[in-house]
Amino acid sequence: MSPDPAIEIRGLRKSYGSLEAVRDVDLSIAAGEVFALLGPNGAGKTTAVEICEGHRRRDGGEVRVLGFDPEAGGRAFRERIGIVLQSTGVDPYLTVRETIDLYAGYYPHPRATDEVLELTGLTDVARRRVHQLSGGQKRRVDLAVGLAGNPELLFLDEPTTGFDPAARRQAWETVRGLRGLGTTILLTTHYLEEAQALADRLAIIAGGRIVATGTPDTLGARGDGASVIRFALPAGTEAPSLPGLARAADGSAFELATADPTRTLHALTGWAVERGIALDRLEVSRPSLEDAYLALTNGEGGS
Amino acid sequence: MNDIGLALRQVAYEHRAFWRNPAAAFFTFAFPLLFMVIFNVIFGGSGGNPGQRAADFFTPSIIVFAVITATFTNIAMTVTAARERGILKRVRGSPLPPWAYLAGRIGQAVSIALLLVVIVAAFGAIFYGVEVPWGRMPALLLTLAVAAASFCALGLALTAFIPNEDAAPAVVNAVILPLLFISDVFIRIDGMEGWLPTVSNLFPVRHFADAMMTIYDPRTAGAAFSPDHLVVIAAWGLLGLALAVWRFRWEPRR
Repeated sequence: MSPDPAIEIRGLRKSYGSLEAVRDVDLSIAAGEVFALLGPNGAGKTTAVEICEGHRRRDGGEVRVLGFDPEAGGRAFRERIGIVLQSTGVDPYLTVRETIDLYAGYYPHPRATDEVLELTGLTDVARRRVHQLSGGQKRRVDLAVGLAGNPELLFLDEPTTGFDPAARRQAWETVRGLRGLGTTILLTTHYLEEAQALADRLAIIAGGRIVATGTPDTLGARGDGASVIRFALPAGTEAPSLPGLARAADGSAFELATADPTRTLHALTGWAVERGIALDRLEVSRPSLEDAYLALTNGEGGS
Repeated sequence: MNDIGLALRQVAYEHRAFWRNPAAAFFTFAFPLLFMVIFNVIFGGSGGNPGQRAADFFTPSIIVFAVITATFTNIAMTVTAARERGILKRVRGSPLPPWAYLAGRIGQAVSIALLLVVIVAAFGAIFYGVEVPWGRMPALLLTLAVAAASFCALGLALTAFIPNEDAAPAVVNAVILPLLFISDVFIRIDGMEGWLPTVSNLFPVRHFADAMMTIYDPRTAGAAFSPDHLVVIAAWGLLGLALAVWRFRWEPRR
């Protein structure tokens, strides 16, 4: 990890009245990284991100974003970030191109408008007025405005909520393109597959706390950490004596959780081959990010 | 681009968006003229001696109405809409200085107000023979400047008390319509007895109307400055500014 993280958060706290929206959050996001904050609705994602953007004041803790305290960063700070909020509007009577030009003009080193249009797939509707666009196209205008200033760091708060699958894929391509250009991205999402598809690293947040941090792969492997081996036996066959073996919930099969699937599988298949028993429906499954997510968020699961 | 340049650029973009909505633009200009024609028909138009005809009252009074609509009403409604649509929040997260955004909105509103003043004055001169007070331009411009600035500030302040976009017309009209009726704008109340004139004297609308009336009245002697009226208007403007600074919100309420 780079010695100078783009975002460094220590002990962040924020309450709304008696509701503790963010409790003791620590995060470090490296420059050039795509980091996803994944969690169910109301978990504190937006609050945490809006504190990093400078939109909200924190109650406690340390936050450095590009070396700035976002509460006091002012214009020099805002010139280097791009923000795509969950729901924002632009003037409905300006065209897409005019809207991007307008916002680009606020920044010292904006991205060329044609490039922004290209990146967001809006080239074909550049001359349309915003009120004539579809919902998905409007959301892309939000993204385009966030990119207009050529930010080093881009905040994407639920960038694809409400998108159809094709539009989501396209938005993902845009994010990957930006990553390729070296932009650091902090995105929030309650879509697991979005975090999995885009993030270099992610944190799962629930009830205002970070409950796990890692890469999509390592997070999948944690939780109880075990792979599960499932198989069925022909009727009347006595089960092998393997530690942890149990009847599956439906009764017809056996399940065996193991931290060492290679060895366990070897023991199991060795036992079966020796006795000439066919292991019906044999499968080994690795716990997915989804399993980890559901376990960690107590099944509050995303919508 | 420096900050003044950015503010002027905002005015240009606000104008572009404004004129793109022809229905809204048309009625912004047609509305005061429509009122002017109706009041003149009801109250007798151009009959009588200069200075005492209905049109002599309704030309400056409709100018007052037009300026208040273009500044106070317009700012309160459009800024509330911009807040609820998240435009203000977006601006707040960009390097554009917040004052430059508001200056853009105000600059656009004031330029529309000035255009309306010219149109109403020309309309009164051409169709009702109400002479434009060319000799009193300094007083006219000063009064317009103080009033436009004050009513813009009051419009900004009012947004803090409007919970959402849908409530904006109701709240704004509830505040301004009664004042227009008791402040020598729609109805002449000068010389009326009782508590109503006392109440209307507390508010800036009547002082604006009476200052404009003084400028337009051919019987007025001299330069027609009304410092007493201007002081009250400006005081309300400063109150509006203080309230706006104290209570103005950049985030949507819902």
